[in-house]
Amino acid sequence: MSKHPDPDRLLAGALGPAGPELTCEQCFEELDRYVDLARDGADADAAIPGMRAHLQGCPACEEDRRSLVALLERE
Amino acid sequence: MPTEIPRAQPDSAAAGEASRQLHERLLGGGRERDAAVVELHALLLKAARFEVERRRGSLSHLRVGDREDLAQQSADDALMAVLAKLGEFRGESRFTTWVYKFGLLEAGVKVRRRAWQGREIPIEEEAWATLADAGATVANRVESRELIGALRGAIERSLTAHQREVLVAVALNDVPIDVLAERLGSNRGALYKTLHDARKRLRQDLAERGLTIGESPREER
Repeated sequence: MSKHPDPDRLLAGALGPAGPELTCEQCFEELDRYVDLARDGADADAAIPGMRAHLQGCPACEEDRRSLVALLERE
Repeated sequence: MPTEIPRAQPDSAAAGEASRQLHERLLGGGRERDAAVVELHALLLKAARFEVERRRGSLSHLRVGDREDLAQQSADDALMAVLAKLGEFRGESRFTTWVYKFGLLEAGVKVRRRAWQGREIPIEEEAWATLADAGATVANRVESRELIGALRGAIERSLTAHQREVLVAVALNDVPIDVLAERLGSNRGALYKTLHDARKRLRQDLAERGLTIGESPREER
């Protein structure tokens, strides 16, 4: 952890998202559809409720999402 | 009116057709399937190499050959996972996107664990120091300062020992959840459930003390 941590990031990490969220297993299950919908310009957050909240709360799943988006963008 | 599950748009051009055909060939048999398994492995290796390369900064102590070994192991493990779950592919995304997520997951977990190999999990005192530093940087923002100031008390008061261990490590000390899971003999899903329950208790505790808790900041997509 840095000597000068970002207070907002720290609070978000400790308190997590406010609303209902998917579990890690559900997130992995839906990740490909979520990413493809977003790439196609659809409202992926509306299509898969709880996904965005989970990605805000779970750094590991968010890293997986970012990697998948980055890999597809490179193709 | 029946609810329609939004699907990704049909694949455009030849790449999409090849992706669909790969799935069908994997479900078939004989030499076609054998060839399809080789293609599947190549896709997974591509994803695994991409992930290892993306995170090479955390693997600077590894030689090029060791990073390639990590990618190969990830692709091999992901291949087993994909073949075991082929029947679960619902066609709601491109097949290649579905495949890639397995390769990226396997590689991502292996990279994080390798990066933390031999490192101690930071202790609680480091988290309290972090909280104190954060509190000092928001001296002019009353709500954030009060929340951060109250956080340590809420953590010590409201959480079980296990909840505290997980929350302090993952949320305050930036320990990757997969690394902590490996050390505790658990898995990402179970530890995230613990983290979720701990956050809920913290929110309740702080709200009962009249502290205002806003929405988590939305990150850029």
